[in-house]
Amino acid sequence: MTAYIIRRVLYGVPIVLGVLFLLFILFFLYADPEAMARKALGEKASVEVINNWIREKGYDRPRFFNPKYPVTEAGFWTDAILFDHFHSMLTLNFGGSDIDDYPILDRIKQGAGPSLTVTVPIFVIGTLVTIAVSLFVAFFRGSYIDQAGLFVSVLAMSVVIFVYIMVGQYFFSSQWRWFPISGFDRASAWRFVALPALVGIITNLGGGVRFYRTIMVEEVNRDYVRTARAKGVGEVQIMFKHVLKNGMLPILTSLVMQIPFLFLGSLLLENFFGIPGLGSVTYDAIDQNDFATLRVMVFIGAVVFVIGQILTDISYSFVDPRVRLS
Amino acid sequence: MLGWQDYHTSNLVVALLLAISVAGAWYGRHNLFCRQFVRDFARRRLAVAAAALFSLFVGVALADSIAWCDPVAEENAENAGIEAFRPRTLIDRLFPRDFRESAYSAPLATNAFYGDQPLKHPGKHVLGTTIIGHDTLHETLKGFRPAMIIGAFTTLLVIPIAIVMGVLAGYFGRRIDDVVQYIYSTLASIPNILLLIALILVMGRGTLQVCIALGVTTWVGLCRLLRAETLKLRELEYVQAARALGMSHTRIICRHIVPNLFHIVLISFVLRFSWLVLNESILSYFGIGLEGSFGAMIVLARDELAREPVIWWNLAAASTALFLLVLTANIVGDAVRDLLDPRVRTAE
Repeated sequence: MTAYIIRRVLYGVPIVLGVLFLLFILFFLYADPEAMARKALGEKASVEVINNWIREKGYDRPRFFNPKYPVTEAGFWTDAILFDHFHSMLTLNFGGSDIDDYPILDRIKQGAGPSLTVTVPIFVIGTLVTIAVSLFVAFFRGSYIDQAGLFVSVLAMSVVIFVYIMVGQYFFSSQWRWFPISGFDRASAWRFVALPALVGIITNLGGGVRFYRTIMVEEVNRDYVRTARAKGVGEVQIMFKHVLKNGMLPILTSLVMQIPFLFLGSLLLENFFGIPGLGSVTYDAIDQNDFATLRVMVFIGAVVFVIGQILTDISYSFVDPRVRLS
Repeated sequence: MLGWQDYHTSNLVVALLLAISVAGAWYGRHNLFCRQFVRDFARRRLAVAAAALFSLFVGVALADSIAWCDPVAEENAENAGIEAFRPRTLIDRLFPRDFRESAYSAPLATNAFYGDQPLKHPGKHVLGTTIIGHDTLHETLKGFRPAMIIGAFTTLLVIPIAIVMGVLAGYFGRRIDDVVQYIYSTLASIPNILLLIALILVMGRGTLQVCIALGVTTWVGLCRLLRAETLKLRELEYVQAARALGMSHTRIICRHIVPNLFHIVLISFVLRFSWLVLNESILSYFGIGLEGSFGAMIVLARDELAREPVIWWNLAAASTALFLLVLTANIVGDAVRDLLDPRVRTAE
């Protein structure tokens, strides 16, 4: 078991390094530091100010290696952007934002809390509701209930998230005044989080129900279900005891895919509802062309995703010993 | 007059697309498999209705891509203004020239929404006008073109890359497989929307950039499916037989592998279309989408619901059009998947 976990963790390392290298290509090789400086400082900034900014942020340094040092010395590699980029990201020394020099790590620490208060309810309640609905629909597979359920799912999937948000805000907040339109307050967070969470659950419901239903129906057609039925097990019990249990394996995988979004927060929801989470941090970074912050957000998103994947694989191997052996 | 213009290119592309589809239909007419497919498809009433509506949207997008300039008489050229020289598309020509007001007006209204002055075209704006007085119906019809560009262009970019990488990885295995798998697992580990945003911010804003960014996030899924299918095909007996008969790898790939992958390509793209269009609208919210797309319209309409009295028609028109487009694409996609390969499962 330990060997499997170690192997799995080692497999994640090159992926993280690959993401870092991709970021290096995008932000240091492809992106033009002068254009970045112009966007950060404004179109009217003088050449001197721009050059200063580039020097201060270290964008003018040699990229792959530093020819000032002989090849045999460490400085040849370490005094260049490539090494620094990997080094600072991997040691979580993200430095300051390109715009106001505010430490990015602090901003992330402050944003994680509000983000989680929105995404965790969406994740937990949303998953339970989706599983319940899809079990219900799968139970009536082939009937009108099933068809209607599937059709409503397709309808729900086809609505763009803005419409859910805007209509929700219009009716629930501005007309009926059940919830505040936007904002955030730690003391009474649930009031601010309720509507975004509701919208988040509804937007994921259509696709989720369709996907989980396919899994459930696939399980229903397996041999062991027929055996159980032959033994005289009731349909309801088959659904809960056999189909749900075995269907949880593929569901688990799809849930892990959502974990990075738990952490990153929902870009759109946080923005529309004025929640100061990581989604807002990302939005501001996009808005102000703050490449340093954006870089870090992409990196963190990828790392969380890789960790999530490793965790699923490990939990998988607890549930299903075949995975461990192959 | 001014040499080669953007609208010339767009006219040419429309002509090309029409030629390709006519040729495709001609070929398919005699192809047993295509005929069987069409016959099975025709049996699904909902899918046929959705396909008809979707074709109508494609038609609108094509009509909006055919443009030409009207001749301006010599003596009027001086004071005709820049508008007179602008190319107008077939869709523009459905509406009278200068079909605009100075600000908002409600659907079919005779007076302006604010100020109550009589409109220039009373009762003619079926869906009202936008904040700068453009006819909402006109704007909405023009929104189909960016959506189709996103869908079609991204598809054209992605298919060759995904096929080459997927087939090479699946067919030859070993090192190539490791490299391809490594590349796509790395890309797949970055949350899609963040990757999209990072790519567009670095590359700059524009239609091509948006399509490239969407393409980078799209080829991963397709490549994975194609690789898996190639792995399966490689072991089949007729491929083994071709090997034994001394056929070269290139010939086997072209004759026996790639043609058998096309159903997967088709299915993933019809299903992916709605994803592309919906994600473009999210990019619009960050100000990095396409100009004039439904997403951009919806984002503009954001503050209008907060006005008193509420201005609902812009949001309603754009989101209904987007909804219908995505809905028909989804229904057609499901039907195509069921008919060609019910086993391909999509997580999105």
